[in-house]
Amino acid sequence: MSIARLAAAFNCFLTHNILADRLRYMPIQTIEKFEVKFLQIINEKGEADGSLVSSFTDSDLKKFFETMILARTFNQRALSLQREGRIGTYASILGQEASQIGSALAFGGEDWLFPSFRESGVLIARGYPMWMLYRYWAGDERGMKAPPGVNIFPMSVPVGTHVPHATGAAWAMKLKGHKKAAGVYFGDGGSSKGDFHEGLNFAGVFKVPAVFLCQNNQWAISVPRKRQTAAGTIAQKAYAYGFEGVQVDGNDITAVYRATKDAVDKAKRGEGPTLIECFTYRLDDHTTSDDASRYRSKEEVEEWKGKEPLIRLRLYMEKKGVWTKDYEDAIAKKALESVDAEIKKAEGFTPPDPADIIRYTYAEPTPRQKRELKEFGWEK
Amino acid sequence: MPWTKVYGNKAEFEKLSGSTPGLRGITYKDALLEATTQMLASDKNVFVLGEGVDDAGGVFGTTRDLHKKFGKDRVIDTPLAENGVTGIAIGAALAGMRPILVHMRVDFMPLSMDQIMNHAAKWHYMFGGKVSVPVTIRSIIGRGWGSAAQHSQSLQSLFAHIPGLKVVMPATPYDAKGLLRSSVYDGNPVVFIEHRWLYEHIGHVPEEAYTVPIGKAVVRRKGADVTIAAASLMVYEAMKAAEDLKAEGIDCEVIDLRTIKPLDIETLTGSVKKTGRLVVADTGWKEFGIGAEVIARVVEEAFHALKAPAVRVALPDVPTPASPVLEKAFYPGKEHIIEAVKKMLVRERP
Repeated sequence: MSIARLAAAFNCFLTHNILADRLRYMPIQTIEKFEVKFLQIINEKGEADGSLVSSFTDSDLKKFFETMILARTFNQRALSLQREGRIGTYASILGQEASQIGSALAFGGEDWLFPSFRESGVLIARGYPMWMLYRYWAGDERGMKAPPGVNIFPMSVPVGTHVPHATGAAWAMKLKGHKKAAGVYFGDGGSSKGDFHEGLNFAGVFKVPAVFLCQNNQWAISVPRKRQTAAGTIAQKAYAYGFEGVQVDGNDITAVYRATKDAVDKAKRGEGPTLIECFTYRLDDHTTSDDASRYRSKEEVEEWKGKEPLIRLRLYMEKKGVWTKDYEDAIAKKALESVDAEIKKAEGFTPPDPADIIRYTYAEPTPRQKRELKEFGWEK
Repeated sequence: MPWTKVYGNKAEFEKLSGSTPGLRGITYKDALLEATTQMLASDKNVFVLGEGVDDAGGVFGTTRDLHKKFGKDRVIDTPLAENGVTGIAIGAALAGMRPILVHMRVDFMPLSMDQIMNHAAKWHYMFGGKVSVPVTIRSIIGRGWGSAAQHSQSLQSLFAHIPGLKVVMPATPYDAKGLLRSSVYDGNPVVFIEHRWLYEHIGHVPEEAYTVPIGKAVVRRKGADVTIAAASLMVYEAMKAAEDLKAEGIDCEVIDLRTIKPLDIETLTGSVKKTGRLVVADTGWKEFGIGAEVIARVVEEAFHALKAPAVRVALPDVPTPASPVLEKAFYPGKEHIIEAVKKMLVRERP
């Protein structure tokens, strides 16, 4: 018998014995445990956890409130423009402002975000020009050409396919030794995709500085959250990938901010990724091409209307003496004025150059494309 | 030029290069390894990832021991997830890296087709040129050993069909090294297709780093009667066919396409205008394949130069069989090219 075969036989004997021991003395043992935390700082009635809320200054609260009013104004005007035929299909953010803005504001300017199509609030919070967003929704590629210094990648319309992109970008940051993080937004529907699994699995294995933000708004078009996964929470899926998952009240902007900030800081300390499930609700239809009343009850929507993010922040700020009606009126007026100015700018923008149809296929046009530019009279 | 020469084997290389002292000959696989080593050494943004890149074999020797030299952070054996890993390479490219993603077989790439065609190929276009995705995807085609229907396909035309992608298929060690560097620094996603049967081919390869331009074909053999356009392994079959046909007094010009997309149509039409006859030899399927595109483009641009209908030598419209007996009937080679050329010469239009 060769040495290799002898060793193999011994190994076999060893394995057999360990298994036999386990079966003899420990028929069932718990080898892994996990718990899923839920974070809420301000509840629906505007009551706050004193110790957790104390880290937010009055000016923080005002920034949250004003950005949410601005995003909601942008959203309302977008819906009107769509009905008037001035923009194309649009995905409303109504009800999800806290999940989007609270998380977006927790990232540093040096970090990079990968939003999905329902993240107008994220882009606005990051200072993305609103006129460009309107251009984009009116069907203009140039609307997604983020200005320098606004570290945001174009919105992903395909569902969940950008999750691995964020993992890859985060990994590049790690390889380059940069103290940066990547954040990616997707929905409860996106969490069922293979891309979600592959992106999070890799992120866990290579401990990349990424923050995965699941915007669980309870509905993936007409598929309810319960038909999306049998798991009790989406947050718990993180544990299967070897990192932490947390569920937050997605309609409490302070909780969303806190959880995201902790995750971003953790990522930058080199301690790996986090999955944050923002538990929120899509108050509007999936998009302007959808009619949600055909698949969900009026009662459910009404119930969530009472939990929407502006109400509780307003109540809490009023109690603190930071909110008055005059303050909100002034904010709303300013928001409307600025949104109107942005729409004017969007609609007055020069139409795209026909040569763009060829120009951007490759970093440099191919010889055939150069010839076509000439043939079509589009050469500059 | 020593590097435009095609050598069938080591003995042939040594015989033909004997007159040029100091001419270094290395294999196709070593040329790829050398190109990758040089880029990893000189550019921190370049990294290699793929399933099995740090295995002892090192993807047929093309990534051998790179992880030992450059560390497991830059030569990464990944979890098994073709689509996810492609997305991750795209994300890293968006963040300024130049990833080289390696697939052991092109047959695994359909799993990553969504990330390749809907993302890598589209982002630059969809967002007004704001972002580019300089990912190089190396993939291997092969034949024989009973690899069969799911492990020996030749899918170049699938990728060449997608705007925004570039597709290269080097045939010689010189081109393998130079085109790999060009692909990594191209600024676009490039699908880099290698034929396994080429790995042991020896050719002249300079030691220093250099590039071979993407989108440029090369005339491997000058001739006056028939143009044979070929890619990858079929270049060698075309060269052998030309050699045999010469004995019968038929003078063939052999064009190595090198790049499938963008196609170097000028070199092709230039040759056809001279010879008036075109045979296209491809490692892939005939239907809707590279041959169809090459011939269509030549017909569009040089119809009147054609003295006879152009002919494709490519795979029949069936999956690859496993049995060596069936494989022999399945794969076209030198004989098929010779037959096509001869038929063409009697089918001339008046």
